[in-house]
Amino acid sequence: MSGPSDYQPSNPALQWIERRLPILGLMHSSFVVYPTPRNLNYWWTFGAILSFMLGMQILTGVILAMHYTPHADLAFKSVELLVRDVNYGWLLRNMHACGASMFFFAVYVHMLRGLYYGSYKEPREVLWILGVIIYLLMMATGFMGYVLPWGQMSFWGATVITNLFSAIPYVGESIVTLLWGGYSVGNPTLNRFFSLHYLLPFLIAGVVVLHVWALHVAGQNNPDGVEPKTEKDTVPFTPHATIKDGFGVACFMLLYAWFIFYMPNYLGDADNYIPANPGVTPPHIVPEWYYLPFYAILRSIPNKLAGVIGMFSAIIILCFLPWLDAARTKSSKYRPLAKQFFWIFVAVCILLGYLGAQPPEGIYVIAGRVLTFCYFAYFLIVLPLLSRIEKPRPVPNSISDAVLAKTGSRSTPMVSSAIVLALAGALFAGSADSARANEGSDKPPGNKWSFAGPFGKYDRGALQRGLKVYKEVCANCHGLSYVAFRNLAEAGGPGYSVAQAAAFASDYKVKDGPNDAGDMFERAGRPADYFPSPFPNEQAARAANGGAAPPDLSLITKARSYGRGFPMFIVDFFTQYQEQGPDYVSALLQGFEDKAPEGVTIPEGSYYNKYFPGHAIKMPKPLSDGQVTYDDGSPTTIAQYSKDVTTFLMWTAEPHMEARKRLGFQVFIFLIIFAGLMYFTKKKVWADSH
Amino acid sequence: MNPDASTIAAGAPIEVDLSPVAEGQDIKVFWRGKPIYISHRTKKQIDEARAVNVASLPDPQSDEARVKSGHEQWLVVIGICTHLGCIPIAHEGNYDGFFCPCHGSQYDSSGRIRQGPAPANLPVPPYQFVSDTKIQIG
Repeated sequence: MSGPSDYQPSNPALQWIERRLPILGLMHSSFVVYPTPRNLNYWWTFGAILSFMLGMQILTGVILAMHYTPHADLAFKSVELLVRDVNYGWLLRNMHACGASMFFFAVYVHMLRGLYYGSYKEPREVLWILGVIIYLLMMATGFMGYVLPWGQMSFWGATVITNLFSAIPYVGESIVTLLWGGYSVGNPTLNRFFSLHYLLPFLIAGVVVLHVWALHVAGQNNPDGVEPKTEKDTVPFTPHATIKDGFGVACFMLLYAWFIFYMPNYLGDADNYIPANPGVTPPHIVPEWYYLPFYAILRSIPNKLAGVIGMFSAIIILCFLPWLDAARTKSSKYRPLAKQFFWIFVAVCILLGYLGAQPPEGIYVIAGRVLTFCYFAYFLIVLPLLSRIEKPRPVPNSISDAVLAKTGSRSTPMVSSAIVLALAGALFAGSADSARANEGSDKPPGNKWSFAGPFGKYDRGALQRGLKVYKEVCANCHGLSYVAFRNLAEAGGPGYSVAQAAAFASDYKVKDGPNDAGDMFERAGRPADYFPSPFPNEQAARAANGGAAPPDLSLITKARSYGRGFPMFIVDFFTQYQEQGPDYVSALLQGFEDKAPEGVTIPEGSYYNKYFPGHAIKMPKPLSDGQVTYDDGSPTTIAQYSKDVTTFLMWTAEPHMEARKRLGFQVFIFLIIFAGLMYFTKKKVWADSH
Repeated sequence: MNPDASTIAAGAPIEVDLSPVAEGQDIKVFWRGKPIYISHRTKKQIDEARAVNVASLPDPQSDEARVKSGHEQWLVVIGICTHLGCIPIAHEGNYDGFFCPCHGSQYDSSGRIRQGPAPANLPVPPYQFVSDTKIQIG
């Protein structure tokens, strides 16, 4: 991509191809001999990291699409069964879901790097604008991908985002109908989103090719912002940049694997484990963390149309950056004022992200308005003004001068900025978490779970006892429809033999048919059957239980959560705490009190529960001491029942958790060794160039 | 990309029997995938809705224009917040009407926007009374 190559393959077969299609020469000139500035720092490896993530998303996405059903009635179930039954389906899904977050994390670092070092300035304007286009395509792809599992947040996120277009005067409503393919978000919407979600990544890949092309024409920017002048200023792409990027990718994979294997739901929302329900809006609709700053801008403007315009212009304004910032000096390294304002801008974005996850009331609204003003002021006031009044420090004559001056005195700013960014990531990531429901309720007490932590395993005894409690108590009202009897005999489960699972299944009556006469009939359960639900449909369940349908318990420990608040969600990232669901379920089972406290009125037909949001629950106290007999001598108390049944329900929600954590450990050992080897290879390759 | 024929056919008018809805109660039915609130308003709610100075509302519309004359106790509105499409909760908020949990819009007992970011009143779907206790929506 940088002029004609003099590359000549030695193999005659390759020579034959090269004469007809000079693709090898293109590769050679673009990725082998291509000169890269020798002073690039590790922020420049994020380009390679992003390419890696795009490849990863396409690869896992294509395989996931082989198992996914894009239909409003089946999508949620197909995702759940994919995770349970497809070989390494849980791994694929975690890689794809966490991969989206990692992709955005990397793109934000990449964009901020461009902002800090002035990578958008002449002659790289087109390169920068192509980048903004990629970012817009990524946002569309990410949003549509989030809709596909068809959980509550998927559905309501789709409703809120598509309704943004209804703000457009005159044609808005027709555009929204066109997006929906119906009168509301429904099956046609899901179908077209699936189609577009499959298409857009390939468009991204196409624009990425243009982006790399433009990069290789203009050449890379560098931390000192002076263009390479002589051969001494550059090093060949291979092996120097290749190995450095390889090391960067390896380190990034460590972070990625941390999420995949240990915190797969940390960045998600518990509500998305509840199937979509057009009749119930979740108490807080929160987009994925990477959209939160723009969501905050949308909400802080009190007029609907102005809010939508504000949100979109917050992104579009980036296209005009090359002309808004007219300063001749590229790198903020040599711009004392721009450097400070840059970090203030980063803080503004992080705080906007935090506000985007908070309920839109009181102080949050005012803070949101102030920060929205700051966001736009950075582009429209600060940068144009700075380019006129700022007196930059002198830039070095050439890159080699800068490299020579650098050796010896080492910079602390890089360390501090790394810390700020790490904090940013954590704060950002967790801010979605803090918005989850359960306001005005007591926080459930923490428990010691056998399955917590990086080496957690299910307690087999607790699983077996929990199954008994479920069967004798919960099963009267609650289904367990994603769990099959055969699962009871699978590795990482309650540890029954195949024969025991078959015997357990044969106790159940399962509806089958139609037979040759066309009638439905009942037969004994088989291992392949799923736990039968106590009610034939949701309406029957609702009618039999005073208007509140008892939820299916298969996913309940993942579908319930409570806000951890700041700063606990940051601590949770490091301690791998993710047992909000089990803590809540277990607390709920023990939180019934006969008399509501002073000042709380409980409506007729409801019961007081200390931990239930709003405190009035329709389920009567389900457990009492001695209700279920245990054969192994465990105490027959409510506390023990709750603990056992919660452990069991954690297993039903995630039957492959043990495999996940075990594989995670192996992957970590591998990645640490791999990253270490890459580091020393990189040191060796670069030994002469520093 | 517009709705296909089967989607349009499924959006045909529906009839709703109002006799089981007691005063002060409301029901939610779905029409074209949209929730429709049918409220049997109390005298107090009707009086509140009519006592307001219409000109002072963000989206001025009188209560009389939003219900069928002779059936003032029945309010029929599409239960979709005009801000970003969430479903407001009935009998909540400061105006004896609807409260949207997403972004805090509040509607009064006539479904008119009173407070919050929503730009317009809850829309009234096309409907007519087939008999005193039955309406046809659509």
